[in-house]
Amino acid sequence: MRRESALTVAAILGGALLLAAGNVLVPASGSLHVSGFVVGLAGKYLCYALLALAVDLVWGYAGILTLGHAAFFALGGYAMGMYLMREIGARGVYANPILPDFMVFLGWKQLPWYWFGFDHFGIALIAALAVPALLAGVFGWFAFRSRVSGVYLSIITQALTYALMLAFFRNNMGFGGNNGMTDFKDILGFPIGTDATSVGLMLVTALVLAGAYLLARALVASRFGKVLVAVRDAEPRTRFLGYRPEHYKLVVWVFSAMLAGIGGALYVPQVGIINPSEFAPANSIEAVIWVAVGGRGSLSGAILGAVLVNLGKTWLTGALPEMWLFALGGLFIVVTLFLPRGLIGLLARRRAAPKDAPAAVAAAREVTG
Amino acid sequence: MPRQVQGLSRILLAAALFVLAALPPARAAGPFAELASVNSDVVAAGVRALAVSGNPRAGAVIAALKQGRLFAWRWPNPAAPLFIRTDAGLVDARTGAKVATPPMPVNLRAVIVSDAVRGAIETGAGVLDLRAPAAATRERAAEALFQAADPGSLPLIDAALRTEKDPAVRRVLRDAQAAALLKSDTAPVPAQLAAVRRLAGRADLSSRNLLASLSGEPKPVAAAVARAIAGIDRQLRLWGLVENVYYGISLGAVLLLAAAGLAITFGVMGVINMAHGEMVMIGAYTTFVVQQTIAAAAPGLNEFGLLFAIPTAFLVAGALGVVIERCMIRFLYGRPLETLLATWGLSLVLQQAVRSVFGATNKDVTSPAWMSGFVRLGGLTLTVNRLWIILFAALVIAALMAALRWGGLGRSIRAVTQNRRMAAAMGIRTPWIDALTFGLGSGIAGMAGVALSQIDNVSPNLGQNYIIDSFIVVVVGGVGNLWGTVFGALILGIVDKFVEPITGAVLGKIIVLVLLILFIQRRPRGLFPLKGRAVEA
Repeated sequence: MRRESALTVAAILGGALLLAAGNVLVPASGSLHVSGFVVGLAGKYLCYALLALAVDLVWGYAGILTLGHAAFFALGGYAMGMYLMREIGARGVYANPILPDFMVFLGWKQLPWYWFGFDHFGIALIAALAVPALLAGVFGWFAFRSRVSGVYLSIITQALTYALMLAFFRNNMGFGGNNGMTDFKDILGFPIGTDATSVGLMLVTALVLAGAYLLARALVASRFGKVLVAVRDAEPRTRFLGYRPEHYKLVVWVFSAMLAGIGGALYVPQVGIINPSEFAPANSIEAVIWVAVGGRGSLSGAILGAVLVNLGKTWLTGALPEMWLFALGGLFIVVTLFLPRGLIGLLARRRAAPKDAPAAVAAAREVTG
Repeated sequence: MPRQVQGLSRILLAAALFVLAALPPARAAGPFAELASVNSDVVAAGVRALAVSGNPRAGAVIAALKQGRLFAWRWPNPAAPLFIRTDAGLVDARTGAKVATPPMPVNLRAVIVSDAVRGAIETGAGVLDLRAPAAATRERAAEALFQAADPGSLPLIDAALRTEKDPAVRRVLRDAQAAALLKSDTAPVPAQLAAVRRLAGRADLSSRNLLASLSGEPKPVAAAVARAIAGIDRQLRLWGLVENVYYGISLGAVLLLAAAGLAITFGVMGVINMAHGEMVMIGAYTTFVVQQTIAAAAPGLNEFGLLFAIPTAFLVAGALGVVIERCMIRFLYGRPLETLLATWGLSLVLQQAVRSVFGATNKDVTSPAWMSGFVRLGGLTLTVNRLWIILFAALVIAALMAALRWGGLGRSIRAVTQNRRMAAAMGIRTPWIDALTFGLGSGIAGMAGVALSQIDNVSPNLGQNYIIDSFIVVVVGGVGNLWGTVFGALILGIVDKFVEPITGAVLGKIIVLVLLILFIQRRPRGLFPLKGRAVEA
């Protein structure tokens, strides 16, 4: 276990440093030079890995299949986007020092109350954590308290992100409508879009990811984590033993939403845009497949899955755009049918052959109905 | 007669004509002479008079005036000649005969077309339609007269009423008469009161607007108008309510069709099939293919293509469902979350496959004639295709219930759902029943696709628009209960249509979703939960 986490952290930080060195130290003419584009892609994958980590915590360890985690990711992204919008200041098209361009365009006279303070980076960062946490807290408190679970919970998480998407598409929400926010100029004074800033952001993301991984690792290895796994495997039994499964679920759910929020906040400055399509239900489901490919219930597997699937996506959408949906769909089917433990499970080769699969299926059926 | 006298009398006559022309409408000169006037009010009166005169040339003259091809003599002329410029040269407006010696163009001027004249042309053209042989055309003309509510059209309406036989047209004509009377300043009070009553009986938005636009009426009329407006408002609100309910039922029928198959696969079998929407989409594409095939092979049957498409779509989607169950779903029984993911993947594959085969653009599925048009029912306008879809949804659900209750397969399905092992012990091949049940649900989704192809775009994304709503319907209604699905669909449709006008479509959708989330909190098992031990397992 210790070896696995050391390996994972080393892989994250080492890979990030290697790419950074390839960009900064190797001259642009060198054959080993890593372009700013690649660095940006790597940063993006690391943000996705944070989201995958968040999904794996609730799905792999608490048995909550979330189909709406991209909502928390996008909310974190919007918080950061608001800071970056304010940071543009008078350099926008309409040169309004206070109002972002889209508000001037829509004829707004003053900043809505929820935009105050977002010219401070710290406040934006707090919002990127607090807003997803608050939403997750309220949603989870209602859902877990009334013991909504399984597929029903999955469907209402999807309804949640769908509702948020529709809401953010509205112009009068004050978040830029369907255009979202873009044309960012700089973050903390560093100009966005330059190689140096990309490298910096990528390294920060790698550090945050490594930290989040270790934190999540500690969480699932603790007593709390053990109860969580018990809730996942036999919720009624855990309840009869005197635990309150809804409390455990709520804590891990809120923590996971905050992880997703940070991921979104780091994602926006690296891709340079945030718009309501980040809330699309399909995004949340895609995040689930990263975890499934890497290995549900394995934190390093989630990170591996996110990076691998997105590498494949980047390559396929460039080379054979027609094939991407076939590949993604096929991945869903193959992984659920043949790779229940994902790539990590395959690597571990713990089981050479399926033992008593039919009996297990029958038993599972008895339990879940 | 001495020369000077003759000259003088000519000048006097001209002056008299001038004065006459400047005076308010004077009928004596006849409609054609009025058209030649330089006073636009006289011209307008002339147009109206011509329209009711029954003169066979009226249509041609008014049409020419509308197009600016009607010319009068530039100088005062007692004969008031009128010419229509045609491609073949000048024609006498009165007779339609070609003018043998056309006047110099400098002597001609186009007949005045002011706003007043233009209005008269519109009513005049409408009045000409009042003589059309088709009752529908006459009714439209009468309706136009009602909308114009022009006191000047009163004689026209009276003339039309004298000859009109069709009761529907007569009714509209009477409405138009009432409207015109109310606008007139000279009508006696009792006639105006009767007119107000007439419009209050008509009770639609345009009569309300007309009544609201009146001012300076005598006291009793004004009081009657206020009462009539209040009454019409009440009726309009009522009709608005009925209309919303109808739209809600219509949307509910669409949702019911989309969700009925899901009620089988998810409700009865417990399989989360995210590819359900794609079964609907495949049904819609089947309709398209059937239509193309029929158009190529037997164009005579074009009108009935849909009737062939319904069973074909059922078989295609149903067969696909059986294949999916055998190749995929059966390995995932008891693992709902994995089923969800795998079928989601399947939906992506099916969408992309259809996109690759048929292209990403919308396919054009034509509606047969018997499904287009609309019917009026009181204050409602119902489109025929929506009516058919409501009927189709009712038929499908009735057939499904009957099949589950009395059919051989239905009996086996219920047996396997209630007690799988006992059913197997009784000799039912449960795996085969699973496959057939899944095929049944998918086939119904395919039939829903036939209906949806009539009201929605047939594109690879068709199914995605319905999948979330379908799940909501099944969840609201309660799993494993078809009546629940029916009520869920209707409630969702009606709530949607009532919330939408208040808050707008997007916010309405959000509110419905939030309501759903709250609803699941309160009733996790839907409106009509199944009771018993099996549920708790």
